[in-house]
Amino acid sequence: MIRRTVNFLDSRTGAVPFLRKSLRYIFPDHWSFLLGEIAMYAFIVLVATGVYLTLFFEPSLAETTYTGSYKPLQGLAMSEAYRSAVELSFDIPSGLLMRQTHHWASNIFVAAILMHLLRVFFTGAFRKPREITWVIGLLMLFATLLEGYLGYSMIDDLLSGIGLAIGYGVALSLPVVGANLTLGLWGGPFPGDPAFESRMYVAHVFLLPILIGTLMAGHLALVASRHHAQFKATKRATERKLVGMPAFPAQVPRSLALMFATVAVLFLLGGLVQINPIWQWGPFEVSQGTNGAQPDWYLGWLIGSLRLVPGFDVTIGDYTLIPNPFWGGALFPLVVMAVLGAWPWLERRFGGVRGFHNILDRPRDVPGRTAFGFAFFTWVALIFLAGSADRATVFFGLDYESQVVFFRGAVIVAPIVAFFVTRRICRELKRGEEIGVDKERAEEEAEEEAQEAEREKEPAPA
Amino acid sequence: MSLRRLILAAVLSALVLAGAAYAQPKNGVVRPSGETKLPPRELGSQLYAGNCSACHGIDGSGQRTPRKTTEGIEGQGPSLRGVGARSVDFYLRTGYMPISEPDEQPVRRRPLFSDLEIRALVDYVSSLPPPGPPIPKPHPERGNLAEGYELFTENCAGCHQVAAQGGVTTGARVPPLTDASAVQIAQSVRIGPYLMPRFSERQISDEELDSIIAYAELAAKEPVDEGGWGIGHLGPITEGMVTWYFAAVVLVLVCLMIGRRLRA
Repeated sequence: MIRRTVNFLDSRTGAVPFLRKSLRYIFPDHWSFLLGEIAMYAFIVLVATGVYLTLFFEPSLAETTYTGSYKPLQGLAMSEAYRSAVELSFDIPSGLLMRQTHHWASNIFVAAILMHLLRVFFTGAFRKPREITWVIGLLMLFATLLEGYLGYSMIDDLLSGIGLAIGYGVALSLPVVGANLTLGLWGGPFPGDPAFESRMYVAHVFLLPILIGTLMAGHLALVASRHHAQFKATKRATERKLVGMPAFPAQVPRSLALMFATVAVLFLLGGLVQINPIWQWGPFEVSQGTNGAQPDWYLGWLIGSLRLVPGFDVTIGDYTLIPNPFWGGALFPLVVMAVLGAWPWLERRFGGVRGFHNILDRPRDVPGRTAFGFAFFTWVALIFLAGSADRATVFFGLDYESQVVFFRGAVIVAPIVAFFVTRRICRELKRGEEIGVDKERAEEEAEEEAQEAEREKEPAPA
Repeated sequence: MSLRRLILAAVLSALVLAGAAYAQPKNGVVRPSGETKLPPRELGSQLYAGNCSACHGIDGSGQRTPRKTTEGIEGQGPSLRGVGARSVDFYLRTGYMPISEPDEQPVRRRPLFSDLEIRALVDYVSSLPPPGPPIPKPHPERGNLAEGYELFTENCAGCHQVAAQGGVTTGARVPPLTDASAVQIAQSVRIGPYLMPRFSERQISDEELDSIIAYAELAAKEPVDEGGWGIGHLGPITEGMVTWYFAAVVLVLVCLMIGRRLRA
């Protein structure tokens, strides 16, 4: 039966040689190589749940009256978009489960990408011949951030409206092109033309998913064509020889296990832990706002930077050339992306290491890169933390203004400290290992000498 | 060496910040003996003399000039003439009064006076002329939730957060309404404690206030958590924490279980 099916398929597609090769593809074995797969499976869950949501969500700002089952909103005027999202949550079978799973999956998708990025950075997996894979990954990350932002923005609840107002302000602050760009995108001053909703929708359910999917395909194709990088786990693993397990029967079932785990965690959260309860936020009105409005976690770093940049504009006479939101909202993420994107070439240029690299570094082996990476991500992480300073005030009573002052200092001081501390730790770890190796060798030698001495003694009586 | 210094600096700054934030007054309340035997107004008068008059003046006429004593700064209490039972009851039952640092924002805590004492103090202070407003009697059950939601987002959510979980504004921490009773919400809307604006009956009618209270009580105390565990009704911050502290940790553990680790 199986043989017949295979014969049928092979005689019509000629796929057997390719399949045989794929099943024999070698995966080096290390737990950290699985982080990227979590992202991939989260993406699959996003597509699946997203398709379900499109069946019920109405991307329209046409005004309507709520008559669904959530009492505090009954009889209120709202957009079709918001009404359908609330109805989806309360009155459509599995609607809330799918919506919540979709939202958790987006949060975890970005988290997994970030963990994968850190692994690739600190092990030097981005080096030749994998620079393009690295850049594609970064593009995917930034496309994902935009995708997530549009996803919670198009619901038209109070939080999404506030988020869009901030996005509008940042877009408007782009020097020279800002005004025309925002006018083009929004079709008018904020909140813009009703068509803006459909623009967000098309981008969220069509353009960006296809972009992310295509980038992901390219990313994986490049990984496969250059093969995985590997740690020097055994003596057999060299720059030219890849040591690991074949796709089948080893890696595929393991990867499937990870898929089941990811799907399980996402749906468990989606079913048990409430995320973005839009009915509690209410519909968006331009005149309204709420205290403590926050973006999803993966945009927290941008809120943090908007808060930390001191208030100043670049003006020429009466003309404002660069309004303040530009620094935190646009320049900061561009700088982060540019540094990360250029890093493989920066390291080649200034680190003096050239040639192919299929053997990964342990972070301690390259103290300079590890220290820089740690300093850089400390910088971003502190700015991220500053984004939630208002909640730290509410929960812990920390004075808000003092926190801003503290973070302004910390984002300059802490990365410098982190750099030197990390470099020192790496060097000491390495030195400790060298001493350990020397010690072992010395002990072995001493033992051999002792044995030899005994062997020399023994024949004498005979 | 530098690592140790960093830790020391971090601990020190954390201590300083926490200390500044939790400079809570320690109040010793003075009580007359045989409280239950005294007539209410007499008890109120004695409690007032012992605990309130240092700042609010002998007969509730207020005292604007502070004076330094060994106990700290005394004085600086506003006049209580005409504030009525509404204010006295509110400030005592929320634990906002008595306060030892008049410059700091009063924070909700267990009231320092017993129910009997509060009733006595309310009776005494509201008996001082001129007469003031009584303790309001809101009827949230007559309110309309949708109207309450709209009024709450327009007038309250900017500071108190749309799910009534509290927030922060320039110069004040805004309390959540999770512990506020219907009467206390009605009182504070009319009084405007600390930095909160005061809303007259022309701005928000008593009927509208009923709706606001109905919504605020629902949002703060019995929110509709259709989606499961509400994780604080704060939105993305706690959601991000669940993402990292739970989901990311679990999935990394799964990776560690099924993948190999480097042996040193």
